[in-house]
Amino acid sequence: MHEITLTVNGVVRQARVPARRLLSDCLRHDLGLTGTHVGCEHGVCGCCTILLDGEPVRSCLTFAVTVDGREITTVEGLAGPDGALSPVQRAFAECHGLQCGFCTPGFLCTATALLRENPAPTEEEVLEGISGNLCRCTGYQNIVKSVHRAAELIAEEP
Amino acid sequence: MTTRMFGEPVLRREDPRLLTGQGRYLDDLGPRALAAAFVRSPHASARIRDIDVSGALDVEGLVAVYTWEDLPEQVGAPLPLLIPHPALTHGRTAYPLARDLVRHVGEPVVMVVARDRYLAEDACALIRVDYEVLKPVVGVEEAAHGGLLVHADVPGNAGAHLVQEVPSAAGLGAGEAIGRAPHELSFRLDIERSASMPLEGRGVYARWDADDRSLRVYSSTQTSTSVRMAIAARLGLPLPSVEVIAPDVGGGFGVKIVHPWPEEVLVPWAAILLGQEVKWTEDRREHFISAAHERGQVHFVRVGFDDEGRVLGLDVTILHDHGAYTPYGIIVPIITATQLLGPYRIGAYRVEFTSIYTNTVQVTPYRGAGRPQAVFCMERTMDHIAAHLGLDRTAVRAANLIQPDEFPYDQGLIFQDGRPLIYDSGDYPESLRMIKELIGWDGFPAVRAAAEAQGRRLGIGIGCYVEGTGVGPYEGGHVQVTSDGRVHVSTGLTSQGQGHETAFAQIAAAELGVPLERISVVTGDTRRFGYAVGTFASRAAVMSGNAIALACRKVRAKALRIAADALEADPGDLEISEGVVRVAGSPGASIPLATVATLANPLRYAFDEQAARATQFAATPAMDRPPVAEGEEPGLEGRDYYSPIRSTFASGMHAAIVETDPETAEIKILRYAVVHDCGKLINPMIVEGQIHGGVAQGVGGALYERMVYDSHGQLLNASFMDFLMPYATEIPHVETAHLETPSPLNPLGIKGAGEAGVIPVSAVIASAIEDAEGIVIDRMPISPSDLFHLRATR
Ligand code: FES
Ligand code: FES
Repeated sequence: MHEITLTVNGVVRQARVPARRLLSDCLRHDLGLTGTHVGCEHGVCGCCTILLDGEPVRSCLTFAVTVDGREITTVEGLAGPDGALSPVQRAFAECHGLQCGFCTPGFLCTATALLRENPAPTEEEVLEGISGNLCRCTGYQNIVKSVHRAAELIAEEP
Repeated sequence: MTTRMFGEPVLRREDPRLLTGQGRYLDDLGPRALAAAFVRSPHASARIRDIDVSGALDVEGLVAVYTWEDLPEQVGAPLPLLIPHPALTHGRTAYPLARDLVRHVGEPVVMVVARDRYLAEDACALIRVDYEVLKPVVGVEEAAHGGLLVHADVPGNAGAHLVQEVPSAAGLGAGEAIGRAPHELSFRLDIERSASMPLEGRGVYARWDADDRSLRVYSSTQTSTSVRMAIAARLGLPLPSVEVIAPDVGGGFGVKIVHPWPEEVLVPWAAILLGQEVKWTEDRREHFISAAHERGQVHFVRVGFDDEGRVLGLDVTILHDHGAYTPYGIIVPIITATQLLGPYRIGAYRVEFTSIYTNTVQVTPYRGAGRPQAVFCMERTMDHIAAHLGLDRTAVRAANLIQPDEFPYDQGLIFQDGRPLIYDSGDYPESLRMIKELIGWDGFPAVRAAAEAQGRRLGIGIGCYVEGTGVGPYEGGHVQVTSDGRVHVSTGLTSQGQGHETAFAQIAAAELGVPLERISVVTGDTRRFGYAVGTFASRAAVMSGNAIALACRKVRAKALRIAADALEADPGDLEISEGVVRVAGSPGASIPLATVATLANPLRYAFDEQAARATQFAATPAMDRPPVAEGEEPGLEGRDYYSPIRSTFASGMHAAIVETDPETAEIKILRYAVVHDCGKLINPMIVEGQIHGGVAQGVGGALYERMVYDSHGQLLNASFMDFLMPYATEIPHVETAHLETPSPLNPLGIKGAGEAGVIPVSAVIASAIEDAEGIVIDRMPISPSDLFHLRATR
């Protein structure tokens, strides 16, 4: 068993985990942050995407012990401290960018990182940016629309 | 205005929770539950000689290991055959844990319960099962020869055989009509296996309360009411002691209508036995090899037609591969057989299917449920006729369409609900006009020529369908207005992302005149509503939507009676808006619904100020009748059911322009257009979303997804690395247009939209590729390498 310390959504959290514990399981089951979903556990669907020091990472392909001391943002940490939805979250609601919502946390984290890097992406860049995440419900059209809308919302922010 | 809620693109009320990680999916529940895992068969066909669990016993955290022999009689009995049919003469279902024989890779053999899933899987790895490996039956045609048998007592591997015939107006059978027709064609069409593949797999979580001897089960299911009844029956529990809840469900698409899964029986059973919470969450490989697949079918078509392309006779013979078991009966081939005729008036029709066992995962409905295959048959037939006669493909379709004045139109068949297949309404010629306009059909030759000049190869395709939706037998709705003015709506069927919380609230808001924010909707929770069928066949909006509307109407009528008394007005002069009952035209005289709800429940005790108004000395009641009048019930609530005489029939037409690379045979969809008629729209934003998602699944089925079994019955691509589900980069932008022909069958005039998007896609893409390439496309999906090889054999 290993003691690890993670800063998750701005809060310092500790966990005792075996070396083989996946980060996805550590977040969901040790820390109770079940917003991060697991759709395949082999790195293809992107449901488990979180932000590790700001970079999108598949938590199902990461052992928890390897991120000791690092900073993590999960879907639970995207909204503001007052609970106000982030522009990306608002855009997904406005554009009907989700149906069952299972893939959504992964898309939200991916899009958040994408727009931080590139605040005004082209159509191609959006497609490219989300092309590692599967959604079985929406057909992606409204997800693409949501990402563009999020870019607008971010640009409008003071 | 509240009354304008119906038909508006209202934003979804489920989203704030799902966008912030506050959804409650199955595996989010029960953090302290024990974990179950299963040892599953690695062989497609084998006899179990021995199971040695001793190696697992030392695993730290192990709680229990169960094989079939450990199961009490009712628990270990074969799973139910959910939909019996006289033609299914040899229905077979699995045992919850394999007994002696395994019939497909993935069949559960041993159940392990441990402190967490890692440990449970450790234990599974140490259990030794000694198998005598048998030669499996793979491939529907080989299976149909019957040399080897999947079930020793099912000769020829034929589970079911069904023939339906509709003679022509002149009384000719299909064979005769084809024989006498000026032209005749025959060909074979194949569709391969795919699967629903929701991103959340199956899962079950059971809590036994030993103190009051009650069981609460959460399941990622499309039917919580029926799971509940199945569990109560299996475990010998009184029905009122069992509750089943479908929490947030991460997609279903058909696979989760099957029940009870082995795990839905075994997990609650173990929870009771162990006196502890137990949970099982399916992993992706398990979903591939132990849930269900669909689509695999072979079709032999013979058609006779006249010089205009009018079909005079059609004869279709279908081989349906239903895998190792038939828990869901033969619904899929029945739907193919009966929905094949689409929007057309066909002279004489004969359809015959044989449903065949193979040593593969069982086949049960996946969104579309046999219709994509049906439409592939009919639309390929239309294209063949057009090619044979040298006619425009849309002209051949137009020559065969049922006309608007012919409704209700009886196709002379018996549908999947056991009732006559009678189309309720539609306007197919208008639909065809709209799709041609949307895609630019008539202008396409110029587009093609311009592309050709640049060395590019384009093709255009079309596909039309009619979809029986809203099948019975019934759904119900319960609506309660509480004394705080809130409205609580519940219905028994379940949700998997269709936005029911929003759409049903819109219906209630419109019916009751209450602001949307005051309405909450619960689905799939048997604590709230115990009678239901489930969510499948594009039926939720039609069935529960209408039931909720009817329940609201009861509540409204009651509210008006009580308010009329209080306001000393005539109920006919009252209206409700913004949650307040008013005398029309006299703004002063009004009473909030909250107060009406209070008055509806005569009280003895005043627990708050509002309640005081309903107590015995608060008003001067009529002394000549009891406080709760005869025929009335306390409370402002109502329950009603909607049970349709038969299904509604939505319809639509899709068209696409594809580009094929002359060198690499890469296939790209340049444009995709949809004209869709699902009757009245409750929420156009949600309907569009359903269409987008359906088309994407259709594109997956047309170009990418196939289940690849080898000759040993091993599923070679049982992961997302090898089973190619489309990403955003593979899905075209979908252009949509709506036509609304209301259904005359239900009060809201709606039809259902859940499956529409997926149904004609393979037909449309095949039509377009054939047009681009001039090569007959007769099997789907088609990959670039398939196309490359087709070119080589031309
Ligand atoms: S669960 Fe991590 S990529 Fe699918
Ligand atoms: S919304 Fe269901 S998988 Fe994306």
